[in-house]
Amino acid sequence: MPMKKEDIETLIKKSISDCIVEIEDLKGDGDHYKATVISKSFKGINKIDQHKMVYNALQGKMGRELHALMLITKTE
Amino acid sequence: MKMDTNTNVDVSQNIKNEISNSEVVLFMKGTPVFPMCGFSAAVVQILSDLGVKFNHVNVLDSDEMREGIKNFSNWPTIPQLYVKEEFIGGCDIVKEMNESGELLELFNSKGINISPS
Repeated sequence: MPMKKEDIETLIKKSISDCIVEIEDLKGDGDHYKATVISKSFKGINKIDQHKMVYNALQGKMGRELHALMLITKTE
Repeated sequence: MKMDTNTNVDVSQNIKNEISNSEVVLFMKGTPVFPMCGFSAAVVQILSDLGVKFNHVNVLDSDEMREGIKNFSNWPTIPQLYVKEEFIGGCDIVKEMNESGELLELFNSKGINISPS
């Protein structure tokens, strides 16, 4: 069952409190999104762990309900 | 199909063997010649453009491998790139590193031969 853009944003914001999230629907099928997540809490954390923070925020949906999420993380 | 503990142990050992026996190994969907997913194909293209020799594991060959590698790295998606037993990342990170030059630096620093085409 695909995911809604708003649900992805809500989950990420709930877990990474001070972040800005920009989500682009790449195919309109609820399965392929591009997300840019900007948060100061990424500072000093390597790329893999930054992405894992976002994946953890999605509570196991990444790779399951959500097939593809092109992800860019930034500190500002 | 209930996965009994032996299968888990075998898969995890297979994964460790693949990673330790290869300087560069890409866990991917399909093969470098016939990638079965755009993200896997993108990483194959990056490695080929850099002229890096790499081994690959087609995770579509076994459900145990497909799930096992995600558990092994605690990373929810495929492809996954490993260089000298270190998990480098999936498609997004490898792409970002390639664009910033970090990937080339990584290979040089790890003594991996490259021959850009």
